Amino acid sequence: MVFLSNAVSQARIDETNVNGEHHHDNVSTTVYGTRWVAEDIPRYDLPEGEMPSNVAYRLIKDDLALDGNPALNLATFVTTYMEEEAERLMAENLTKNFIDHEEYASSAEICNRCVNMIARLFNAPMHDASSEALGCSTVGSSEAIILCTLAMKRRWQLARKAKGLPTDKPNLVLSSAMQVAWHKACRYLEIESREVPCTGDVYYMDAEKAVEAVDENTIGICAILGTTYTGHYEDVKKMNDLLEAKVAKTDYDVGIHVDAASGGFVAPFVVPELEWDFRLPRVVSINVSGHKYGLTYAGIGWAIWRSPEYLPKDLIFNINYLGSEQASFTLNFSKGAAHVIAQYYVLIRLGRSGFTKIMTNLTRTADHLAECLRATGRFEILSQGNGNGLPLVAFSLKGDMHYDEFDFAAKLRERGWIVPAYTMAPDLETKKLLRVVVREDFSRSRCELLLRDMIAALKALDTLDAKAVEAHRAVKDEHSHSSLHKNPAQYTIPENGHVLNAEGEVQNLDVKQAPGIC
Amino acid sequence: MVLLSLRVQENGDEVPVDEKEVETYGTIDYSTAVPIYGSRWSGRELPKNKIPEREAPPHVVKHLIKDELALDGNPALNLASFVTTYMEGEARDLLAQTASVNLVDLEVYPQSAEISARCVNMIANLYHAPAEKGDHPAIGTSTIGSSEAVMLCVLALKRRWQFARKEKGLPIDKPNLVMGANAQVCWHKAVRYLEIEGREVNVTEECLYMDPKKAVEMVDENTIGVVAILGSTFTGHYEDVKTLDKLLEAKCKKTGLDVGIHVDAASGGFVAPFINPDLEWDFRLKRVISINVSGHKYGLVYPGVGWAIWRSKEYLPEDLIFWVNYLGTDQASFTLNFSKGSSSVIAQYYNLLRFGRAGYTRVMSNLIHISDYIADQLVKSDQFILMSATGGQGLPLIAFRLKHEKHYDEYDVASKIRERGWVLPAYTMAPGLEHVKMLRAVVREDMSKNRADILLRDLQAALESLEKTDKALLQHTRDQHKSVGHKALAKRGHHVTPETYNSQRKKLKRTQAC
Repeated sequence: MVFLSNAVSQARIDETNVNGEHHHDNVSTTVYGTRWVAEDIPRYDLPEGEMPSNVAYRLIKDDLALDGNPALNLATFVTTYMEEEAERLMAENLTKNFIDHEEYASSAEICNRCVNMIARLFNAPMHDASSEALGCSTVGSSEAIILCTLAMKRRWQLARKAKGLPTDKPNLVLSSAMQVAWHKACRYLEIESREVPCTGDVYYMDAEKAVEAVDENTIGICAILGTTYTGHYEDVKKMNDLLEAKVAKTDYDVGIHVDAASGGFVAPFVVPELEWDFRLPRVVSINVSGHKYGLTYAGIGWAIWRSPEYLPKDLIFNINYLGSEQASFTLNFSKGAAHVIAQYYVLIRLGRSGFTKIMTNLTRTADHLAECLRATGRFEILSQGNGNGLPLVAFSLKGDMHYDEFDFAAKLRERGWIVPAYTMAPDLETKKLLRVVVREDFSRSRCELLLRDMIAALKALDTLDAKAVEAHRAVKDEHSHSSLHKNPAQYTIPENGHVLNAEGEVQNLDVKQAPGIC
Repeated sequence: MVLLSLRVQENGDEVPVDEKEVETYGTIDYSTAVPIYGSRWSGRELPKNKIPEREAPPHVVKHLIKDELALDGNPALNLASFVTTYMEGEARDLLAQTASVNLVDLEVYPQSAEISARCVNMIANLYHAPAEKGDHPAIGTSTIGSSEAVMLCVLALKRRWQFARKEKGLPIDKPNLVMGANAQVCWHKAVRYLEIEGREVNVTEECLYMDPKKAVEMVDENTIGVVAILGSTFTGHYEDVKTLDKLLEAKCKKTGLDVGIHVDAASGGFVAPFINPDLEWDFRLKRVISINVSGHKYGLVYPGVGWAIWRSKEYLPEDLIFWVNYLGTDQASFTLNFSKGSSSVIAQYYNLLRFGRAGYTRVMSNLIHISDYIADQLVKSDQFILMSATGGQGLPLIAFRLKHEKHYDEYDVASKIRERGWVLPAYTMAPGLEHVKMLRAVVREDMSKNRADILLRDLQAALESLEKTDKALLQHTRDQHKSVGHKALAKRGHHVTPETYNSQRKKLKRTQAC
């Protein structure tokens, strides 16, 4: 039987296409054969129609291909490698909402265990039930810092109120080289930040000057275990002793908060005898980033308080959920449970000995890199070696050159390496430096590659004259991809660098340009 | 024996060796050849309080953690939460691939940052952000969730008010924020942490959410803003933002105050624009100055993403913006968190692209259809009173309570139906109506008609079973639940016991809905 067929006219084909019956969208062609690939990706408006899932996936993936390679990013402490098993565990738990303790009781239990392990790692006092340490998981050290500052401020307010003294001028003593999170905490919680400037010979806070700055309105001192620029561990012990003496004399009850965002998972394993944690009686709270040397992907931090005394009760929210009470202290609410689970994986997978081995390797690699750089005779090393600081190498160019550290960083970038250049903290702005963070996946062989490329970059810059360097800079400022993202909201930075704060006082914008190093 | 001597060498100190363990497992089961459940770690307790001394093989650790997590509830049967429990395979792949990318690292991951900016654009346009000469002055940021967004918006409201007062030489020590008593816990948190007085409008039998008239009455010169909720926590009602706007405008005109509205669209922000495009609640209203929305609720992304949008930069004082110098580039940032994974933001972009307006409309229409169906069946059963809105006038959820006086209450129903695996929470209503108990089922994407029928059947079975249970037995079950439920047992090991903060308990009891 043979069918009699019509030859379909073009008019009819067009008509059915318009009606969408035989639209080419419906044909399962390859992704790159669909119409969405020939159109611009939606940027400003929600598109009217759907898009097949595989096309949306591919378009976004291709867009992201222009992001940097996390492994070559030597600017950040944030973990870029986790074991496959951990990755799978995270993927399997993406749907879990951490805050939903009633539904996901095991995830909550795992968080408790992490807090326990970290509190013990930091030698929290454990002798009786009333003084047990408290802690919580956070999204990162920024949240932990704001929570700890909030606790210090509230405790100070309550103490002042009990004595009938005014509570309108709280201040926090910290180093001028502090991470931006601290400036943020002070600004948002309306606390005066008393910055102790760095001087030419110490790139970190001088304990004596810090304690001098303490007065009756001081809610606390912040010490940093692993400074932002050079990775130095500040002398918390000395600060503790000086503060203890001052407190005995004046009866101010001021505590120390240790910002161990970067150093909290390094020092206990590399220099276990260093006293910086709850072994010191004045240390009241500690924050640490799980996503730095805690070896977990970005999105996890921890805040630990010495005892309930240091976390005023009126900051704790008890929530009634399905008839059971939950205590919570967080700035966020719903968030994924995957990171907490991944942190627990790392803790029990590695154990003390695993952490010690990894951190020892990192310290060795950092020492090797520093040694090789010093040997070239072209660099001055500003960081500490031998495990007395974080496993990073901070260095600057020796001598007066026609190019600076920023040019050197830009040159290295051409090979894919991201080695950031910075200007030092306020009062030392003239000092420029470069910083290489040694992370887990920065092996010795990768280190050798970096060294080779650094020497090549120096040679290349040596051959350029000052004019060419200047031209390069201008082009970079104008046309680099990141300059497109600069100030998207078009806030104008005032020319004199000053803005007025809420109190109507002149505020120096320099403070805002604190290092956003993470 | 070889491994034993190694242990001593590596650490320099002796690790106590359990002789009996060596006898059972031998010394070398670090190899992957040993079956997981035949290894020493399987025979031991998981470390709970202290980092273990030694490493353990990755596959074993993964499995032991996985086995422990098997006791967590099934996300799909959790009717308590708005938080997304289903995403497409492609979205999951993207999430997994971008887990190691740090969103704040703009210099290294500029494309991820750009995607975040595109999402802000799309959402601002969805909310009719005003356009001036083709340019959108609206600004926004991604957050971890609505709680962070709410904190940021309150901070902006407060700071703006402080500036305005300072300029006039007026005191700034008594800021207050007007909100409904039905507001989510994060609002109470924001006012407590930022030292603002929270003025709550109580709910009544007639109006289960904030009455705009009463709210505007509470506004005075120290009011930094009024909060309206698009999708009340308890019953899913959309508050009447339009009336609020009108009343507030009139009051401002009369008194010279300049008070804005913040809309908490955490749950409704991705529902109303598709179901009720004509409902005016967003930037179409002049007094609405900022909006927050949770991407991980009806934005259909896994937990960890929210959005805060401001009408224009006028409402986000520059003083709060931080200029972060990263690798020589100045970046403007407004966030409480810093480093965070970029995956949820990318997953949000995936959804916006993948679904488009049409896809979101289809999904949301299905959800409304199903929640109306469940509501209808519950009313028909003559055993429940419906408290939520239907027909797309509120969120796709069903809030209901028992119609007749019984020897069991809503809490008993919740615990009975839990036996089948359903998590259907019971609550007491917001301040002003604390005596009213209610049940709430949230309809999410993965609640199909089929699953709805199973729920209805199980609910019926639970009621019948409770009907046959006598009072004494019921009381016994309640007591037991309190003393030996898994939650109660877990608490004993907690550092924060409910007793620790007992004094705060009554005062701070708030309903959590996420």
